[in-house]
Amino acid sequence: MSSIAQKKGFGATIWDFMTTVDHKKIAILYLISGGFFFLVGGIEAMMIRIQLAKAGNDFLSAGLYNEIITMHGTTMIFLASMPILLAFMNAIMPLQIGARDVAFPFLNSLGFWLFFFGGIFLNLSWFMGGAPDAGWTNYASLALASEGHGIDFYTLGLTISGFGTLIAGINFLVTIINMRAPGMTYMRMPLFTWTTFVASALILLAFPPLTVGLFFMVFDRLFGASFFAVEMGGNTIIWEHLFWIFGHPEVYILILPAFGIFSEIFAIFSRKRLFGYTALVFATILIGFYGFMVWAHHMFTVGLGPTANAVFALATMIIAVPTGIKIFNWLLTIWGGSISFTTPMIYAVAFIPSFVAGGVTGVMQAIAPLDYQLHDSYFIVAHFHYVIVGGVVLAILAGTHLYWPKMFGTMLSEKLGKWTFWFFFIGFHLTFFIQHFLGLMGMPRRVYTFGADQGWDLFNAISSAGAIFMAIGVIILLVNVVMTTIKNERVGNDPWGDGRTLEWAIPSPPPFYNFAQTPLVRGLDSFWIEKMEGNKKGMIFAEPLGDIHMPNNSFIPFVMSLGMFVASFGALYFLDGDKPWALAVLVIGLLITFGSMLVRSLKDDLGFHITKAELLKDAKGGNTDGH
Amino acid sequence: MDINQRYTPQSWPEHPETATMEGKNKFIGFWLLLAAETVTFASLFATYLALKDKGPSGMEFSAAGLFELPLVFAMTMILLTSSLTSVYAMYHMKNHNFKAMQAWLGITVLLGATFLGLEIYEFNHYVHLGFGYTNSAFSSAFYTLVGTHGAHVLFGLSWFIALMLRNAKRGLNMYNAPKFYLASLYWHFIDVVWVFIFTVVYLMGVIG
Amino acid sequence: MAHDTHIHVRSKAEFEYAKKKRADEMRGHLATFAIMIFLTLIAFTMVAAGFSAYLIVPIILLLAGIQVILQLYYFMHMSGKGHGMVAFFMFCGMFVAFITVLALVTIVWW
Repeated sequence: MSSIAQKKGFGATIWDFMTTVDHKKIAILYLISGGFFFLVGGIEAMMIRIQLAKAGNDFLSAGLYNEIITMHGTTMIFLASMPILLAFMNAIMPLQIGARDVAFPFLNSLGFWLFFFGGIFLNLSWFMGGAPDAGWTNYASLALASEGHGIDFYTLGLTISGFGTLIAGINFLVTIINMRAPGMTYMRMPLFTWTTFVASALILLAFPPLTVGLFFMVFDRLFGASFFAVEMGGNTIIWEHLFWIFGHPEVYILILPAFGIFSEIFAIFSRKRLFGYTALVFATILIGFYGFMVWAHHMFTVGLGPTANAVFALATMIIAVPTGIKIFNWLLTIWGGSISFTTPMIYAVAFIPSFVAGGVTGVMQAIAPLDYQLHDSYFIVAHFHYVIVGGVVLAILAGTHLYWPKMFGTMLSEKLGKWTFWFFFIGFHLTFFIQHFLGLMGMPRRVYTFGADQGWDLFNAISSAGAIFMAIGVIILLVNVVMTTIKNERVGNDPWGDGRTLEWAIPSPPPFYNFAQTPLVRGLDSFWIEKMEGNKKGMIFAEPLGDIHMPNNSFIPFVMSLGMFVASFGALYFLDGDKPWALAVLVIGLLITFGSMLVRSLKDDLGFHITKAELLKDAKGGNTDGH
Repeated sequence: MDINQRYTPQSWPEHPETATMEGKNKFIGFWLLLAAETVTFASLFATYLALKDKGPSGMEFSAAGLFELPLVFAMTMILLTSSLTSVYAMYHMKNHNFKAMQAWLGITVLLGATFLGLEIYEFNHYVHLGFGYTNSAFSSAFYTLVGTHGAHVLFGLSWFIALMLRNAKRGLNMYNAPKFYLASLYWHFIDVVWVFIFTVVYLMGVIG
Repeated sequence: MAHDTHIHVRSKAEFEYAKKKRADEMRGHLATFAIMIFLTLIAFTMVAAGFSAYLIVPIILLLAGIQVILQLYYFMHMSGKGHGMVAFFMFCGMFVAFITVLALVTIVWW
């Protein structure tokens, strides 16, 4: 995609991406693999809607349907939404704070490869004896009873990719804490950086319970432990708690970066400073904080008792307040602005009513007695698709259009982008709005078919028709990507013309060292300030031009992750009597991982320097795209 | 940062662990990891507390009947002392006294290895009593909690040993000072977790 | 970032002062260690003496809490300069840890 790729051979490009520690290239890796898994999850969604298009359909068998809904949820959350958001964080956040790279470039690469191998491992289940079938929440009583190895693919795959995400979270936190350019105080950070910061903090504290829960599940199923086996004194509620202590912050891990992307879009395309920046920042922090105190609203019907239900119901209603604050701030940002309805902006404007609808049904479910009625019905399905598709996926699509020029140096077609929007947006409401009513009419979720006499035919048919619209929207986006890549019209620093933050002050795509000289930040919306003062360079500098220290590429992250991947197969078949090689595979895999860890810590890796002369040559030749 | 830069005690900075950008990043990143570890161990403790003494009907094992305090007391003293010896090692690191630091780290490693040996002996003893990993929910939770701590001790020991061997010939510099500092932070954290293990698992277990 | 390590050779007086300060600090650490050993002894003795569980449990939990604070603030220097974010995240971690334990000892089925 970049000009450097055209100069190099195909093999060399692949090798470059396998060893890269450059945050911008890792962002591209995340985007491609996240996009791939998004398509896989989308195909699974289409199969679900085909199965439910008419009463008594036999397109899918009951068992296969269970596998597909499980994999659809798991793939979309862990392998599509999160990685694509991590792609934007990687690509943009270091540029927004004026950093040359993230704090730990090596770990950044390791985080990606762990996620990648975890995702591949999980999806290999389709070809190796069946996918997990206990729902994406994998409740223990179902999961322990599930035959075959599907659940083990789920637990081991998510463990690996969970490590990757945890590493990414720590990396972003340290980057934001330590690597901000001079003058970039916390209260001058762009909102996308802020949401990255809070989402990373949530990753840091929410992933450990999931990892522990997954380990318990692995030990229970593969090594004969009995954490959840009731007849051995175990307790299945422990899984539910651990899963949702992770699971609820997880939805904020997804939605906060989405809020960040929309905040950038509103400010850019209204040509106005964000209204109530401070309130937005504190609302973000508050959401992160409350996010940890509401998890049991997923478990109202478990029977935790009236006290617990009341406490968690109240906490859940309170969390709607900071979210409401944000909505009003965005509306007031648009108010009186000089608005241009570009593709990202129409996504942002469409996001507000869609997300509010999802939020309102969320508050309905926070009322515990009502939740007893709504629980496990299509109302819930409609609710969480309204927040996740109406919030996160719209943000991902908007972000793809907004940041595409910064990542690849060429603009996606606005015309096709709007076609994508209309198909996707109409399809989305067509699919999910009507599911609220299906839920109220009593249709249960996760059931593979329904009878003709239940009166759910028409609404389900409409819902399935909507899904086709969404699919057409995504196909147009793919066409758009291919066409713009072939055309490859290069763009300048600030292709939207109204960029406000530092990433728009440097070339698209940026040189691999980002900033030849570290910028000096003089206020919120640093690039806008310089533009308004007529500064042609777009920034003022905090240091004279000098040598830049850069990290070396490394193949070790790939090998380390590969070791975990191999070890997982060993663990998977550990208890199968007919596979005596399983233990050996487990040991070999762990040896690869720990061996490469040892190599990494024993071998000095001091990086290299770009000299001042090379920087000057780059600046003169306009070649800012690599060595 | 020049790895070949030689320092004297007088030119050695006050806080060598955070004197470089790389050191600062590692320092913050490692503390964040410890915050995540806190939550990890909390999940393990919470599970252990929920499953304490739970097993198939008629299970003969209970925390009150199983645990013996003298061994735990010895292990606690050893680990606490190793925490102090690693403080001594860091004291000498900051004084740029490489030999003394290595010596104190050596003592720390010996104490840690003794602790690990006692833990293995203890586990072995329980297994011989019939209290195996798959015996009950109680045994699974107990071995997973205490065993995870043991795995951390093992990792800490390996880390110290690798650092000591790798840097034996070249002494202290700006590149390895943060590594030594973080390894000793890790060691203190292991001690923090043990404080809760001996209190919550053993002492409260014996009470019943 | 190439120029972020300045070699600063301290004057003799500065050096001696820093050295003395560290030695004082080390004596403080020894005292901390003594307190920790003492607290551990109290905890074990109380259990061995066989007081009522309702008396022992809160006290030994309190003693454990004090030990952890000593470890964090003295041995791990969490009060030192540049530990602001560190302390913030450690306390957030402890908060999540606390509610996790609280939930699993109160609202699971027995």
